[in-house]
Amino acid sequence: MWPFVARRLTLAALTLVGMSLVIFVLLRLAPGNIVDLLFQSAGYVDPAAKQRIAHELQIDRPVAVQYLLWIRDLAHGDLGISYRYGLPAWQIIRPRIPTTVELATLAMVVAVLIGVPTGILSATHQDTAVDFGLRVFSLAGLSMPAFWLGMVILLFLVREFHWIPSMTYVSPYVDLRAHLVQFAFPALAVGYRSAALISRMTRSSMLEVLREDYVRTAQAKGLPRRIVVNRHALRNALLPIVTVIGTEFAFLIGGLVVTETVFNLPGVARYLVEAITWRDYPIVQNLVMFIAIVVVCSNLAVDLLYARLDPRVRFE
Amino acid sequence: MRAVLRAVGSRLHPVGRLVRRYPLGTAGAVIMLVAVVAAAGADVLATHDPTRIDAAHTFLAPSASHWLGTDYLGRDIYSRLMHGARVSLAVGITCSLLGGLVGGGLGLASGYAGGAVAFVIQPVLDIMQGFPLLVLALVMTAALSPSLATTIIAISVPFVPRVARVVRAAVLSIRETSYVEAATALGMSRLRIAVRHIFPNTVSPLIVMTTAQLGTAILVEASLSFLGLGVPEPYPSWGRMLSVSAAEFAQKAPWLVIFPGVAISLVVFASNLLGDAVRDFLDPRLRL
Repeated sequence: MWPFVARRLTLAALTLVGMSLVIFVLLRLAPGNIVDLLFQSAGYVDPAAKQRIAHELQIDRPVAVQYLLWIRDLAHGDLGISYRYGLPAWQIIRPRIPTTVELATLAMVVAVLIGVPTGILSATHQDTAVDFGLRVFSLAGLSMPAFWLGMVILLFLVREFHWIPSMTYVSPYVDLRAHLVQFAFPALAVGYRSAALISRMTRSSMLEVLREDYVRTAQAKGLPRRIVVNRHALRNALLPIVTVIGTEFAFLIGGLVVTETVFNLPGVARYLVEAITWRDYPIVQNLVMFIAIVVVCSNLAVDLLYARLDPRVRFE
Repeated sequence: MRAVLRAVGSRLHPVGRLVRRYPLGTAGAVIMLVAVVAAAGADVLATHDPTRIDAAHTFLAPSASHWLGTDYLGRDIYSRLMHGARVSLAVGITCSLLGGLVGGGLGLASGYAGGAVAFVIQPVLDIMQGFPLLVLALVMTAALSPSLATTIIAISVPFVPRVARVVRAAVLSIRETSYVEAATALGMSRLRIAVRHIFPNTVSPLIVMTTAQLGTAILVEASLSFLGLGVPEPYPSWGRMLSVSAAEFAQKAPWLVIFPGVAISLVVFASNLLGDAVRDFLDPRLRL
């Protein structure tokens, strides 16, 4: 197990370095430099101020030096200064992290609770009306934009129940019930899409395993269908499902970007959109790097879990 | 028309057989066809100028003169939907084709050439694939100035590594087949083998990936436009019709929110159905 862990950790570190390079290069593709862009909207430009900011941002240094300085600051936990707020970025990002983490976790719970059972049901009832209905249900989940689903949920709640969700963040320490209600609907809106993907993966994985000889043997020796499905089939079908759950957790962030905007939740993902709209480049660069770290860590977690679940993986 | 109906109804005609075998795929194809007709004929089908502001007729409910109502600037929603279909479909199709072509080319190069080429291309592709699709698209829009071209690039680039990976896998398995070995033994050049033997065998996974991405491309475009980072004015876009300003008026005029969302969902649903049918037809073993 340990050689595998070591190899996987090295790979994760290399991937992070690569991702930081991609982010760094991408954000320097813009014609002109960041200072020009910042001053574009200002109208009057004082060359001295421009020079000063260029120096503060280290833009007057060679690109390679800029990159190394950025990595050094990152390693020291220094995420730079937000232009919009004039505050250290970390002060703005930190209070937003719990919101996003909570939303992502709830969405994932929704996705697994809906996705896995519907996938199993779909596989055990292959090509029946149940399977057909569930497949349409999961395809619908892949087709609806998460932000639109959120808007429709809001619209429906207000119309039918005259219930207007709090449009400002409610702390769980102030009012736990209001807090949970506030998070439940956005979690549903984001989670549906992941549920659909998990359901599709569960279905195809289960279908493959249900055709195996040992499943037929288990059935032939008279085991109840429930035990065959849950113990013999599901356990072995679980590996690709775990993978898709893990990758979805990372990709959920895309859905959060729009959903946090619709539900007006002060999370990290929404802040990324705000920073991009304001062209607050140091923040964009650091936030995307932050997302990259989350993605790499969750992929690493999946791989380690995978190796734990299936010894064959370790000896590849 | 009658000939078409007879062909579809027939058990023996190839079209009729396809329809029977892939009922969901057929439904998807029909919806896509309707959307393409709406996009192509938007000038004829639209009842009003999609960009004309009419301050006297804002928030009109759906009626005989404004079939799907009007928005907060008095613009006709039905006409905007028809013209918006152009942007959504054009951007969606362009991006999935572009991603498919570039990704296919890189996958082919990385898989067949191997060695130094793969050593350079592959890590970059793997790293690009690590980013969530929408986040990468957002960063691209941040890096480039907002325009139609930027939107297309921002959506296409995240597709490239995904297509390349599938095509590369196909190439790697074909490279080991005995007919490629035979061709090499007969003295065929590497380029000729790539063009005559390897490439034709990667076409079906390539088509499957490209159709599967069409729906995603339309969704990403809608999300970018919704966030105000997509296709800029004056092009009407389904995503922007749902933007935050429309959301504010949702209670007052629900049709502002309902219709564009239904349009997006239906077209993406149709392209997903179509994509699944294409996959089942071309490559039943491929799981996506």
